[in-house]
Amino acid sequence: MPSFVIAEKCDGCKAQDKTACQYICPNDLMALNRDLMKAYNQEPDQCWECYNCVKICPQQAIEVRGYADFVPLDANVIPMRGTDAIMWTVKFRNGVLKRFKFPIRTTAEDSIDPYAGKPEADFSKIKGSGFFNYEAKTE
Amino acid sequence: MEKATCTFSYCEKPEIVEVDTDLLLIGGGMACCGAAYEASRWANPKGLKITMVDKAATDRSGAVAMGLSAINTYVGENKCEDYVRYVRADLMGITREDLVYDLGRHVDDSVHLFEEWGLPIWKKGDDGFSLDGHQAKDAGKTSLKEGGAPVRSGKWQIMINGESYKAIVAEAAKKALATNKEATGVDQNHYERVFIVRLIRDKNDLSRVAAAAGFSVRENKMYIFKAKAMVLAAGGAVNCFRPRSTKEGQGRAWYPVWNSGSGYALGMQAGAELTLMENRFVPARFKDGYGPVGAWFLFFKAKATNSLGEDYCANEEYLADARKKYGKYVDAMGTAIRNHLMMQDMKAGKGPIIMRTDEAMSKINETFIEKLGEKEGKKKVKHLEAEAWEDFLDMCIGQAGLWAAKNIEPDKVYSEIMPTEPYILGSHAGCAGFWCSGPGDIPGTPDDWHWGYNRMSTVTGLFMAGDICGASGHKFSSGSHAEGRIAGKAAIAYILDHADYVPAPRKSPDDIAAELFLPFEVYEKNKTYSTDPKVNPFYIKPDMLQARLQKIADEYFGGISTWYMTSKTMLDEGLKQLTMLKEDSAKMGAGDFHELMRCWENYHRILSLEAHARHILFREESRYPGYYYRGDHDYIDDDNWKAFTISKYDMDTGEFAMSKRDYVEIFK
Repeated sequence: MPSFVIAEKCDGCKAQDKTACQYICPNDLMALNRDLMKAYNQEPDQCWECYNCVKICPQQAIEVRGYADFVPLDANVIPMRGTDAIMWTVKFRNGVLKRFKFPIRTTAEDSIDPYAGKPEADFSKIKGSGFFNYEAKTE
Repeated sequence: MEKATCTFSYCEKPEIVEVDTDLLLIGGGMACCGAAYEASRWANPKGLKITMVDKAATDRSGAVAMGLSAINTYVGENKCEDYVRYVRADLMGITREDLVYDLGRHVDDSVHLFEEWGLPIWKKGDDGFSLDGHQAKDAGKTSLKEGGAPVRSGKWQIMINGESYKAIVAEAAKKALATNKEATGVDQNHYERVFIVRLIRDKNDLSRVAAAAGFSVRENKMYIFKAKAMVLAAGGAVNCFRPRSTKEGQGRAWYPVWNSGSGYALGMQAGAELTLMENRFVPARFKDGYGPVGAWFLFFKAKATNSLGEDYCANEEYLADARKKYGKYVDAMGTAIRNHLMMQDMKAGKGPIIMRTDEAMSKINETFIEKLGEKEGKKKVKHLEAEAWEDFLDMCIGQAGLWAAKNIEPDKVYSEIMPTEPYILGSHAGCAGFWCSGPGDIPGTPDDWHWGYNRMSTVTGLFMAGDICGASGHKFSSGSHAEGRIAGKAAIAYILDHADYVPAPRKSPDDIAAELFLPFEVYEKNKTYSTDPKVNPFYIKPDMLQARLQKIADEYFGGISTWYMTSKTMLDEGLKQLTMLKEDSAKMGAGDFHELMRCWENYHRILSLEAHARHILFREESRYPGYYYRGDHDYIDDDNWKAFTISKYDMDTGEFAMSKRDYVEIFK
């Protein structure tokens, strides 16, 4: 189900040095047409439909159209990702609509303090089992 | 044949950036994020430098990039020994029990950290029904670490709200790397969009790895990372076999389409020994969308049958035939055997195979209403329906789109399931990977399964984790993170023991650049010869290289078109074709950085697939029926083959040395 960019909505993330979709795509699919200042999916048959470009686009200019070799037309799945939850709207081919909201995080973004309250590493144990903060289970 | 190299007569020479580090992490998925977290804590007080290099953006890279709806390995109230027994049974009796046990005794801490960092984990409510991560928090449910009860979908699996799973794990890893950056004073220790192509051995000691070379996919820069030790966790191999999809849909691989076999190829180039590379995984999933079936089977208790409503796993005729060929393994009813039985029905024309989601939901509906009354029962069912959709929306959004497009409401309409094309991997329900040192402290482990440093491969200083640490499947996301931590810690121990080592790559930066950038030169030199650069006799573009690879794999090495059947004669012929493809890889053509990455990704796929085929050829039995069959040895032969297969690739000659190593049962 390759992602596609809606021409009217995409502004090429012109305020930034690269577009958000180019930054995030795990498969390096999103490219920027510098003449038009619009992004596009340069290799739709390598799209996993992970929706990371859809979720990150500040203009909500990216959607997904079902893989044309097996998906009937006229349905779509649209996310709206907030800071602690995501809303999904699933539109069926026959018009049925389903909406879901799921948690995504219980802490604020960027709030992780990775070693807060954790012990220092004990170098006498570096060759044994366990982690710097954890004794391995014994059964 | 003299190997062609780039003279930079037709394309601009890249800027060459050399980075000196102590520990290099290759990959940015769960395993390397785990390695970054653990290793930084050990490295910081010693002033050791850690560098992570990821071909994508770490927030959304690796196999968990989309998200997940469950964590499949959480030991919790269970015993680590039982985890070993479960993994062993599912992998048809042969597994490195020391590695699996070691993973089991460590994995829970990674899960506890995920929850602490903000991953919402379902908890059991007071009424026995499930609460999502937010509801659980609001209801004052304690964390797993403090004894909170997870919602188990199976003995080892727990349910999560995992849309942001990778982003959360990446945030902790990036912050850990930032502490290391501060402790060591380096300018940069996290490189995104840099694709590693080659590992380079040490010129003074060829059994040791000295450097990793790659390029930026954003600017004309080549990188050489020189390191005292490396954790390699660059994933398994997807799209080596022709997929069932025909066009666009080949992106909808079951495993992440960007896992291009780099993990295997990089280790092979360094000369690390592989084990059980014949193993593969053929998941039975919802047809075409490849959505997960685990929650449907385990959580909603849905049944899969043929189209006549019959349970293929209870067909006495099939079972008797299978027992004759595959013996006692049939009754353990592991994933491979269930696939095998399903395919008997498909071959007999009793397909399509159906997941009875409608029947399962209707049964749940009845039970809930009976238990809770009409109003409350219906409310719970609605919650359950949302949970079923979340299973897809968290980790396989395409399946939700496919259901919507086909007007499939799972409580009203059943769905088709189907075995996919083969995948080569070692962290999910597969175990193809490198032969690595175990922890060494588990009683009953053979002495030669441990050589000083946990998860170190047979190449000195090269550690493996996640999909490519072999013979130890069923780690999944949490186990890969934990294994990265185990490898990262051991790698720091190794570096401290070898403080005097100075990496001396056996190739010069110019020679490496000439090799890596050749596809640019081949393309630029020849592209105007034809009026359309797509068709040109002097080069092969990466998409066509991949198509040719997939066709060979499918037709000769047991892909979907032969119902996963192969044999010595088929493998021999296929390997001839593959050898020519490997030769033609010297003529890969790339027009931009993106294509240059695709070229080398597909080269990595070629090496991974060749190792896979050579292992299948070596193992003269059908150890994994339902995943692949040797038509000339269609049986399990424990007397001769209950053993690890081992191979070592010689990059200079292109030859594989094959051998067998004894399997040892540590846990009765």
